[in-house]
Amino acid sequence: MATLELSIDEQVIVAPIRKTRRLGLLFWAAIGWLTFVFAVAALANLLPMPDPTAMDMLERRQPPSMLHWLGTDGLGRDELARLIYGARISLTVGLCAPIIGITIGGALGMLAGYFRGRFETLVVGSMDVLLAFPPLILALAVTAYLGQSLPNLTLILGVLGIPAFMRVARATTLSLARREFVIAAQALGATHARILLRELLPNVFLPLFAFFLLGVAVTIVVEGALSFLGLGVPPPISSWGSMIGEGRESLEIAPRLAFIPATTMFLTVLSFNLVGDTLRALTDPRQGAL
Amino acid sequence: MTEPVLLSVEGVAVDLPTPRGNLRAVDQVDLKVGAGQTLGIVGESGCGKTMLSRAILQLLPRKAKLSGRVMLDGQDLVQLAPERLRKLRGRSLAVVFQDPMTSLNPVLTIGTQLIETLQEHLELDVSAARKRSVELLAAVGIPAPEQRLMQYPHQLSGGMRQRVAIAIALSCEPKLLIADEPTTALDVTIQAQILDLLAREQRRRHMAMIIITHDLGVVAGRTDEVAVMYAGRVVERAPTPALFKKMRMPYTEALLAAIPKLDAAPHTVLPAISGRPPDPTRPIKGCSFSPRCRYAAGECFREKPLLAEAEQPDHQYACFHPIGTAAGVEA
Amino acid sequence: MVGFVVRRLLYLIPVLVAVSLLTFLIASLLPGDLAYVILGDQATPDKVAALRQDMGLDQPIWWRYLSWLGNVLQGDFGRSFRTGQTVLQAVAERLPVSIELMLLAQLGALAIGIPLAIACAVRSGSAFDRFMTGSAFSMLSVPAFLSAILLIYLFAVELRWLPATGYVPFSEDPVGNLRCFLLPALTLALGEWPVLMRVLRSDMIATLQEDYIAMARAKGLKPSRILLVHALKPSSLTLVTVTGINIGRLIGGTVIVESIFALPGIGRLLLGAIFTRDLIILQGVVLFVACGYVLMNFVVDMLYAVLDPRIRHGHA
Repeated sequence: MATLELSIDEQVIVAPIRKTRRLGLLFWAAIGWLTFVFAVAALANLLPMPDPTAMDMLERRQPPSMLHWLGTDGLGRDELARLIYGARISLTVGLCAPIIGITIGGALGMLAGYFRGRFETLVVGSMDVLLAFPPLILALAVTAYLGQSLPNLTLILGVLGIPAFMRVARATTLSLARREFVIAAQALGATHARILLRELLPNVFLPLFAFFLLGVAVTIVVEGALSFLGLGVPPPISSWGSMIGEGRESLEIAPRLAFIPATTMFLTVLSFNLVGDTLRALTDPRQGAL
Repeated sequence: MTEPVLLSVEGVAVDLPTPRGNLRAVDQVDLKVGAGQTLGIVGESGCGKTMLSRAILQLLPRKAKLSGRVMLDGQDLVQLAPERLRKLRGRSLAVVFQDPMTSLNPVLTIGTQLIETLQEHLELDVSAARKRSVELLAAVGIPAPEQRLMQYPHQLSGGMRQRVAIAIALSCEPKLLIADEPTTALDVTIQAQILDLLAREQRRRHMAMIIITHDLGVVAGRTDEVAVMYAGRVVERAPTPALFKKMRMPYTEALLAAIPKLDAAPHTVLPAISGRPPDPTRPIKGCSFSPRCRYAAGECFREKPLLAEAEQPDHQYACFHPIGTAAGVEA
Repeated sequence: MVGFVVRRLLYLIPVLVAVSLLTFLIASLLPGDLAYVILGDQATPDKVAALRQDMGLDQPIWWRYLSWLGNVLQGDFGRSFRTGQTVLQAVAERLPVSIELMLLAQLGALAIGIPLAIACAVRSGSAFDRFMTGSAFSMLSVPAFLSAILLIYLFAVELRWLPATGYVPFSEDPVGNLRCFLLPALTLALGEWPVLMRVLRSDMIATLQEDYIAMARAKGLKPSRILLVHALKPSSLTLVTVTGINIGRLIGGTVIVESIFALPGIGRLLLGAIFTRDLIILQGVVLFVACGYVLMNFVVDMLYAVLDPRIRHGHA
């Protein structure tokens, strides 16, 4: 049993050491993986691969071979090709939805934190209503009524992210708006627009961007869950989530059909989380100078 | 020393590895405390007195390295197995910390903190432990002791809390009580009461006691022997009356002179000791006190004086120019 | 204190109204005609017109909202046109299953998280601690459905220790019931333990440096007592509040898990309504779940204020 720490005098005597956050090995590994995945997904058309939708009923659930590097799925389609094209879908939704969140939520948050007053109460109140809904339920309900399509999915996932981005932007703006450089700009007669765009936005952007990366991770997961249930991307489009859902049928015979896209999704989400978390620690405005 | 030796600290040194180098918090300290005797350890903040008490209790920080022997009743605490050590703590060896607001657990009742000690060491059942707890609280001068058992530390005043801490320390009839700055966090008016309480209990139980303090006034008249520490070492050690009448260390003299006196003329300049205690990570060549010493000369800057006795066998000091002796300065 | 509760209750009412409005608006997003959906392939223009009049679908939207809300407040959440069951009946049947799942999941998360947090706090900075903290971080990137298929593969397919799907009511067969809930609860617990563990660990590390822990050691108390009584209690505040908040969040999580493991709970009712286009049930269940979520968050807020008096007085 390890001894309990007794560090009273130790803290008094030892001088504080400056803790620099170095970007560690894991950080760069995450960046590397993300770059790899993005590159492969973007260049999918140029890669010499079989057509991901080409079915071959005689070659169903084949193990990896020279022809099919990752084998084939339940309908004889090439697993690797499906994985790469699935990456396109997952990443597209994963990026576009938070973009909606960061633009609308970020703008609302900055304006609310800057102008305060009734506008702020209105914004915060409506976000509270949105947050009052369990997010997955809301997404399911909307897609049930509106219909399943890629734009609908991206839209609802984007809207779900607005409150979170609004909070981050508002909190950052609130802590910055009282600082000297803003008061100085106001004293110099700058317009609101100028202050918002030139002074506040550059400082709000970094924490927002860190949060954006975390938002991408969450979106990939939520889209994955919905598609897994068959209620996300509409068939025949497939993302990692729907591949995992289909792979579930073959768990006994060919578990790799579920686990390969699962591992890819896990590594991608983990990488986004790692990078976002590191950036968030680095750009926390409370630790910043000025 | 006519009493049998209860505690013997022999050559104890505590090293703490820090990013700036090794920190020698306690440097080759030898001490003895007889059964029923009181030892006062006096020194400025950072002189190592608290580290020394932790070393005796074997409660040093994880990274600390301890060398030397700590003999309690013939057993070397340094070599003792953790489980046997745990049984000694609270039972034979007890502690009162400086600030009773932080040394008592804020979310547990007074009663719990008393009873658990009794149950652990004396294996009393709950009702016997409760009864004994009430007796203890009454003995330390806390009114309405039964009600106090159900109360939480923040419901008591500072002086009361320290009394509770003392009650906890005394609960299992320890042979040695270490009081680490027991009155520093208390009002001046309460300080005397607490010190008197400690002295009274010590006499009644024939308990050995170590009082650690930065205030020479605390040890005057309440201790049998005083050890003065500076920069991790004991620099003077003597029976209390001898220390005050015939001190040898310039440091002790400076400490005494720095106490404000009621009968001094108004606006007398307080002779504070100039300079600051040395940085423990950068040991000074020569005597540690030499940069601040009025009488420092020559070899003081080159060699470290060793703790040695001169005329009286129980009066030791570490100085090349002790006050009031032939080799030293005029008193 | 009473003033605080009343204030928050008053705030609750507009939130509930807004939630009902939002639910209704979502339902009205349907780009087609509800009557067509209900009648399906039996739709003829006459039948559609009759049904529309019957259900009041030809009225303006604000009238429909108010009459729907009026029904809801009298306890009529609607009736399925597929099964004929009212929403409340369907919910009452399924709710115990979902609640059992959420409770077991939270217990599992605590059973994993608390010991790990204590072990890491005691060995803070060691390789074990770093490994566990890293694992906690990684687990946050593993969503419930991934954990689910992994667990199913391990325990149901390979080892064949547990059933992959199925449900047995507790009253029929307690052991069988718990066997059915083991994998689903574990799936959700695996997603929840990292947050609980991190919170408790960081609070405990701070607590272990306090003087009263040194004092407890100086008193010679057993290490287990020091950890579990002296250190755990003051460190638990954040843990309790996070646990409470999580229970509310689990409502969404149960949808996926119930679907994968075929547990007849609210989540599965919801999904079933979506797949069968039983839109009345869907609307009713969504409203029910959303209101439950709001009330759950309210209870957690109250609990938080009870534990931390500063909140009651508007500070912190």
